[in-house]
Amino acid sequence: MRLKGKVAVISGGARGMGAAEAKLFAAEGCNVIIGDILKEESLTTASEIERNGGKCTFLELDVRKEKDWGNVVSYAIREYGKIDILVNNAGLTSDGHIENLSLDEWNHIMDVNVTGVFLGCKYVLPSMTSAKTGSIINISSQLGFVGSNGSNPAYQASKGAVRILTKNVAVRYASSNVRCNSVHPGPVDTPMTETARSDNEFLTSLIDKIPMGRIGRPEEVAWAVLYLASDESSYVTGIELLVDGGWVAQ
Amino acid sequence: MRLAGKVAIVTGGASGIGAAIAEVFCSEGATVIVGDINDELGCSVVDSLTANGADAMYAHLDVRREGDWRRLIGSALKRFKKVDVLVNNAGISGADSKIEFDLGTWDAVMDVNIVGCLLGIRMVIPHMIDLSCGSIINMSSQMGLVGSTYTDPSYNASKGAVRALSKGIAVQYAKENIRCNSIHPGPIDTDMAFDIFVNSNSMSDALSKIPLQRIGTTRDVAYGALFLASDESSYITGSELVIDGGWTAY
Repeated sequence: MRLKGKVAVISGGARGMGAAEAKLFAAEGCNVIIGDILKEESLTTASEIERNGGKCTFLELDVRKEKDWGNVVSYAIREYGKIDILVNNAGLTSDGHIENLSLDEWNHIMDVNVTGVFLGCKYVLPSMTSAKTGSIINISSQLGFVGSNGSNPAYQASKGAVRILTKNVAVRYASSNVRCNSVHPGPVDTPMTETARSDNEFLTSLIDKIPMGRIGRPEEVAWAVLYLASDESSYVTGIELLVDGGWVAQ
Repeated sequence: MRLAGKVAIVTGGASGIGAAIAEVFCSEGATVIVGDINDELGCSVVDSLTANGADAMYAHLDVRREGDWRRLIGSALKRFKKVDVLVNNAGISGADSKIEFDLGTWDAVMDVNIVGCLLGIRMVIPHMIDLSCGSIINMSSQMGLVGSTYTDPSYNASKGAVRALSKGIAVQYAKENIRCNSIHPGPIDTDMAFDIFVNSNSMSDALSKIPLQRIGTTRDVAYGALFLASDESSYITGSELVIDGGWTAY
């Protein structure tokens, strides 16, 4: 069991990639805390994990709210005395281009995708630095690397910000043995991409851009996150792990 | 067992990172063919693997020689019927060169580090196409990403070539479900790194560039290779897996 005895907080763990990570982590012996705004779906995921013999708790977490992060951290410390792993997975996007994107929508995406990651790091780091160990995994995107005609500029900017925020945390806290890496999934079969994928023409054009010729599965991202969460990656920090079927390599 | 039923070739498997990869692969259920120019060390690595119950064989392999490759692949296919994984790990540093930009050193480094890599890929690709599956892992370096004052420029260039070659192979063979990725270790506790750093009195300078403040272990790299060799990375191709303690994030 590759995460035996470890404690992980996964934001956006109710569904999609976050739920896949929660299930995989629990199967590898980890105590998982799902933080999400989606109560019902989180409880479904948590109870599925518990039914399979894993350990999983749901806590309400709007990643934009300091108070929520404070609650999550104090729960983890009270219950387990530590947090070994933080997966900043919560994120969103919408339709939009520079010319029609409202400032409110820009700010909303930035708040969740970037400020949410900042707050997660800020609240979890003190316990990790005092424990002299920790692994933070920030979910960015292949669109944090390269531009795409169809994607929301706020989403792209937010994922680029996550990429470099990760390196700041990695360099600053390496001496405390806290690692911080970003994962960059390509298009993945999740609720976030559901609307986009339902447009057949768009889906075909998307798949045409992927050398492997297919969309990724949430589990395929979860395996990469597991690698970065576990001690197998103890010499890995500040890196960008692309899980994109070759999108950025071409 | 994460590599159960898989057959892997590891070049430069007689010592250092290659030996650690062979050991980790075997412990995860793989059958391993160790190729190296050092027959004595290579045989002793294979002896200790088989003594632990693994299925492994040694084949003499000068990666620059097509004849050696043909013999190795031939005996691997005869005995194990297939090749799922190729780890192009053999490499030299050129650190002995006291003359900067010496053409003899340049040719020697390029022959082993990049021509050797290409020959291996050319030999296994047809078999992987038949299988409709395969994972090729090329050992580059953090020196394939950035420069340093104490690295032979031929080493930098060869490792940069490995990086881009990996992407070329990744994109060209993605539709055949053959994945190809590069690993970029920072300074690792091997004889090769020892030569570079001791010869140039640069160990303390190197350590000052590593946020995690330590040299990596061969296991740190072997676990990265394991991840890329296994089906856990089935959506990862054309990626650079950097295992450098944060060197290039800094």
